[in-house]
Amino acid sequence: MSVKLSTRQVGDVTVVDTAGRITLGEGSSALRDTLRELVGKGQKKILLNLGDVTYIDSSGIGELVSGFTTVTNSGGQLKLLGLNKRVKDLLQITKLYTVFDVHEEEAGAIRAF
Amino acid sequence: MPRLPRLPWLPFLTLVTLVIYSYGSLWPRLPGRSSMRENKHRGSETVERFLDSTLESVDSAEELALAVAERAGFDEDDLMKIGMAVRESMVNAVVHGNRYSAHKKVRFSVTHNETRFTIRVADEGEGFDFSTLPDPLAAENLMRTSGRGIFLIRSFMDEFEMRHLEPGGTEVTLVKYTVSK
Repeated sequence: MSVKLSTRQVGDVTVVDTAGRITLGEGSSALRDTLRELVGKGQKKILLNLGDVTYIDSSGIGELVSGFTTVTNSGGQLKLLGLNKRVKDLLQITKLYTVFDVHEEEAGAIRAF
Repeated sequence: MPRLPRLPWLPFLTLVTLVIYSYGSLWPRLPGRSSMRENKHRGSETVERFLDSTLESVDSAEELALAVAERAGFDEDDLMKIGMAVRESMVNAVVHGNRYSAHKKVRFSVTHNETRFTIRVADEGEGFDFSTLPDPLAAENLMRTSGRGIFLIRSFMDEFEMRHLEPGGTEVTLVKYTVSK
């Protein structure tokens, strides 16, 4: 299964629910397009819910970094929610875990904006 | 002196045998993604494919490697690491090596014996200077959007080697030590 993305609004925070595989090709470009579209619409608070992401490769990691930079450069904030062990391990070995603001609970993540 | 029986079909049978033998020995060199050679014997297995330079081939190689790795007895955690290392190697070969060229193939092989599970990925690209690979953990590279593939392969496998091929191309060899069943 490739990636599935859907967005919902919780107060002034846009939650992007992500499921499937974020890999080079369709998966990573879909994530890139979604984040750029939200930034283009002026959305400043974006919570990327990776709870149902089963797999992410180096291209997917690159898209997370790219998304973080795009949102930050536009004056917004991008936070991550619900990383499974594999994604968490990947961000840790690439030393990116501390770059992102990572949350386990949605309510806490929303409050953190 | 007894007369030998006449076998008029013998030349035809010989010809058919030769054709089948030749086809079998040429099979690995035939173009196309279905080119294959498989050997299985006690405790070991070798699979080789000549794959198109497409992202679909990345998926095919991952599936193939995981199927062999599963039969070799790796657990779920190692299967994830092997799968990811294969994906990263194949992406490098397809995207950076062969640059999606329809005229270039990726030679992909998986083999395992009692001690080693070995993957080889060879492209037909122009190659690159191995010493120019940036360290993705360096502070100045941390926010780069690419350049983590080989780092991840090294992290997930027990051995990793790169070598230049003549007349062109790069081959990477990935080894995971085989678990005891």
